Parts: sequence; C-alpha cells; structure tokens
Amino acid sequence: MEKFDFNEKDAELVASSGMDLSESARSASFLQEDSVVLFSRSLQEGVEIMRMEDALEKVPSAKKYYGEAFKELDKTCPENTEGGYFIRIKKGCEVEFPIQACLFLKGRAFKQRVRNMVVVEEGAKAHIITGCASSGSAEESFHLGVSEFYVKKGAYLNFTMIHSWKEDVSVRPMSAALVGPGASFVSNYVCLKPVREIVMYPTAVLAGENARASFNSLILSHPGTLQDIGSRVIFKEKNTQAEIVSRAVSLGGKVVARGDLRAQAKNVKAHLECRGLVISEEGTIHAVPELETNYRDVDLSHEAAIGKIRKEEIEYLTSRGMTEEEAQSIIIRGFMDVDILALPEMLKDEMKKLEEKTLKGSF
Amino acid sequence: MLEIKNLSVEVDRRPVLKNINLKIEKGEVMVLFGPNGSGKSSLIKAIMGFSGYKVTRGEIILNGKNVKKLTMDERAKLGSGIMFQHPPEVRGVQLKQISEYLCKDKMKIETLAKELSLEKHLERDINLSFSGGEIKRSELFQLVLQAADILFLDEPESGVDIENISIMGKVLDEYLSGKEKSALIITHTGYILDYIRAGKGCLLIDGELWCSGRNPKEMFEEIKKDGYEHCRECHGKI
Ligand SMILES: Nc1ncnc2c1ncn2[C@@H]1O[C@H](COP(=O)(O)OP(=O)(O)OP(=O)(O)O)[C@@H](O)[C@H]1O
Ligand SMILES: [Mg+2]
Repeated sequence: MEKFDFNEKDAELVASSGMDLSESARSASFLQEDSVVLFSRSLQEGVEIMRMEDALEKVPSAKKYYGEAFKELDKTCPENTEGGYFIRIKKGCEVEFPIQACLFLKGRAFKQRVRNMVVVEEGAKAHIITGCASSGSAEESFHLGVSEFYVKKGAYLNFTMIHSWKEDVSVRPMSAALVGPGASFVSNYVCLKPVREIVMYPTAVLAGENARASFNSLILSHPGTLQDIGSRVIFKEKNTQAEIVSRAVSLGGKVVARGDLRAQAKNVKAHLECRGLVISEEGTIHAVPELETNYRDVDLSHEAAIGKIRKEEIEYLTSRGMTEEEAQSIIIRGFMDVDILALPEMLKDEMKKLEEKTLKGSF
Repeated sequence: MLEIKNLSVEVDRRPVLKNINLKIEKGEVMVLFGPNGSGKSSLIKAIMGFSGYKVTRGEIILNGKNVKKLTMDERAKLGSGIMFQHPPEVRGVQLKQISEYLCKDKMKIETLAKELSLEKHLERDINLSFSGGEIKRSELFQLVLQAADILFLDEPESGVDIENISIMGKVLDEYLSGKEKSALIITHTGYILDYIRAGKGCLLIDGELWCSGRNPKEMFEEIKKDGYEHCRECHGKI
C-alpha cells in the first residue's frame, strides 16, 4: 500500500487493529479513513473487494442481497451511510491468506457511518480480518457499522473483528449473518482497548440444514467504559449447531455479556459459555445467557462463571517470586486466551503478538 | 540460613504456633514430624508470609534478614522456596510459563522435566487435573528451577508411588548434597529419609516445638513404635 501517508502513530494504530500495511500474507485489502476509501484492492483471483456504493452499481449480488439479512430479523437499517466494504468470494474459491479491512476514525467529532457486506458464495472459503481503530485526533467521535454476511451453501467464513478504539469514542455496530445449508460462519471478536461505549448484538440466522455458527469474544473493560456485547443465534432449520464463547475481564468498567440461543427447529445443538473476571472493585460483569425453544429434541446449554482471581492463585505465584502485579498479569493473560478464538495458525500467532502488545501497560 | 525466635502465629485469631524456636544452618536438612493439625504446614506458611498466618510475636530471620516487613515474593527472592501440600490450580497459566520465569536456562528446564517425567505437563495449566504424584513432582521441579537456598517441603512423598519417590529422592539428594542448600522437610511416612541425609529432626505437637536437633531416624522409629500420644506425655523430656 503506497499512495497515502499515515504518520507513524496512525500507522501503528491501524496495525493494532490487525491491518498489515505491507500486505504480505493477505489476499485483499480495504482501508477507509472517516468517509474516504484510501485503498482497496484484491491480490487474489476470485476475491472482489470495493467500496459499498461501487458494489451496488457494479455487482448484481450486492444489490440483490442488500438489507436481506436484516429483513430476516425484522430490523430496519440506518440510512445515510458513507463507504464501507463489499467483499465477495466467488463460488468454490478457497482463499488461503486472510482478506483484511480497516475502518479508521480520524476527524474530530466525526460520525463515521459505514455499510459492509460480505458474500461467500457456494463452496467458497475465506478468512477475513477486520479492524476498527481511532486516531488520537478523533476526539468525541462516533462509529456506526452496519454489516451483513451471506454464507451460501457449503461455504465457510471465518470473520475476525478487532476493535481498537479510545476512551472518548462511542460505537454502534449492527450485524446480521445468513448462513445457508451446510455452511459455517465463525465470528471472532476482540476488544482490548478502552472505548466509551459499545452496544452490539450480532446475530446469525442458520437458514439451512446443517448450518453452523460460532461466536467467540475476548473483552477487556477499562474504568469508566460500557461494553454491552452479545451474540445471538437463531436456528431456523433442523440439524443446526452453534457455540458462543466469551471471556471478559473488567479492570473497572462495566461489561454486559449477553448470549441468546433460539432454536426454532428440530435437532438443534448449541452451547453458550461465558466466563468473567472482575479485577477492580469498581468493575462489574453482568452475564445474561438466554435459551429459548418450543421443541423437545433440542440440546441447548449454557454455563456462566464470574469471579475474581482467587487469592490462593496469586499467592502460589508470589511464593515463587513473582510480584503481585506480575502474578495478576500472568493470570489475566492466561484468562484472555487467544486459543478460544477459532483462528488459523497464521492469524493465531499474529493475534497473540497483538494481544501481548495491547495488554502491555494496560494493567 | 533460617532462624526463628519465640515465634507465635495465629490463624483466625486462634493460636496455632506457640513460642517456636528453630535454627537451620546452611547445608543442613531438618525433618519436621508431628500429628495432623499440629501446625506443621502453618509454620512454613508463616515463614513464607502467606496471608491469614498472623505473626503475633517473635522473629523470622532468613539469610540474615528479618522478614517481618517483606512480602512473599521478596522472601522467595531472598532464597526461600515452598513445596505446597495442597497447591491451587491456576487456570490459564502453564507450568512452562512458571518454569521459564524461574529459570532462564531452557536446557535445564528440559532436562529436569525429563528426569521428573513432566515433559507433557509443561504445556498444561498448572496443577489442573494433575495427579497427586504429578503435583509433588511439579512442585519439586519448580523449587529446583528456582534454585531456592532453603526448601520448605510439605510432605514431598505423600501420594507418590515407590518408583517416583526414588526419582524425586534422587533429584532432591543431588540438590542438597552440595551442602550449599538447606531444607525443612515435613513427613509422615519417613520414606524420603531413605534418599537424603537429614541431620536433625524436630517435632510439633499442638503448636509447640519439641526435641529440636535429635537424630531424625531415631525419632521416626520411636514415633512409629509408640505413636504421638507418647510424645505428648513425654513433652520432650528424653
Ligand atoms: N488457612 C487456615 N484457615 C483456618 N484454619 C487453618 C488454616 N491453616 C491452618 N489452619 C488450622 O490450623 C491447625 C494447624 O494446621 P496445619 O495445616 O498447620 O496442620 P499440619 O500439622 O500441617 O497437619 P497435617 O499433617 O494434617 O498436614 C489446624 O487445626 C488447621 O485446621
Ligand atoms: Mg500440613
């Protein structure tokens, strides 16, 4: 990526959201700053990537699908969006390297409103890593991201989103996925940096037999912040499966960890797991797991556990010579386990490094 | 190496140790006997500085330094190392991470892990579903990596099979035979005494320390023969 000049700080912030500006080991890239698309290109046959508005003009399926997933949920979408990415992986195309996208907030008090769409056609397979980040100059800014996903028959989409905001930015993502027969949708969410407020409830609709979904999230909550984050799966067809796993650590902020499994068909199997660790007296974690069905032969389960670090564990480590801070830090790092995310090896290493870097100095 | 003077300790406002006096020189191995609940574990926890073990009187001198104002990690850095009787599970932290914290020499970690059959455990969360014997081996493993000057071993052989006692005994003997390191060893079975040369013994009963300095093997034989009830009556008069 050449054409634009980021200052060093911004380049680092963009990188902190998972964007590799060198594009080595990436199949396609998209970068938007405020409402301007700075860069968009595909390095891989079978992968299309462009600004949403362009896609609506040029790509028939973009127009065809636009808003469909939200209609399925009886939800209306905010209008007046500017930019956002359209990504399409063509039928049968298995993409080895991840596709990357980043939405960067730069302007003071800017309200970024983007519309994204990902279409993974029949039998195609792809990993997407997307990041949202804000520059130091983006004071009191706002981000609204409307995203829809279409994972067609037998396709596989592994979608990772990294949020890298700051304390005075408010964020409202809206997302819906339609997962077809035999298709899999994996959503990984990572938010380790401060943010004023995030409210989101991404939803996957399993609309074909044998469809699967999994939502995994790692959330670190800083003092004075609110993260109301849920994942919902609606099982519309039989023999569908899903898993929701989340880990939240509160250093003083408030986390509401929601999970909702709604089985509307036979032979559904799903599990919801939420674990929280409250470090500071001021912090709160509220787990709200919900299971709902009218069918008898479904297997829905949940487990939620919230607590603080046990004193015995800290003392075990301090008795080996670690300071209390070191002991706490190693336990938190262990809790925020990147392995709960369903990532390919390549991205797992990247994510581990990224997490290490972000957590350094956080507590 | 370690000197304890007139030490009294309370747990939950209840006295568990009363006026303990004990001295362990550099290179010396002391065995601590005593019935269940007599305060043996409490003694080493108080020395290490665990919360809940309140020193109400007396002094603990470690490596020439009064530990009163020192935190646990400072005491560990001063050279004390503890083998837990019942260590907690620490989820998310692998044995390997602690090992690498304690010892920068990766070869040494590897070799010792092999010797104690812990290679696979390195990747596991510490103590999580470890068997009784694995816990003890992992505790010894960490202490040797820590290169602690004085080892507080709380029942090192309990729950360990004969073969593994011999392996642990060998590692321990090698560690202590250089006469640079000291140890205080709590044992009920006495098996570990077959592998190491312990110079002295002592006995805790109802929070009081008796018979400090006697030959540990003789003491053990007497305890086996007459039981702790006899010790209670005798009150260290022998
Ligand atoms: N953390 C604690 N909280 C409450 N009571 C404790 C605690 N630690 C020790 N005690 C009590 O203090 C007394 C001494 O316990 P300690 O563990 O020191 O005995 P011990 O000699 O090590 O026994 P054992 O041979 O069974 O291991 C016991 O009555 C025990 O219940
Ligand atoms: Mg004990």
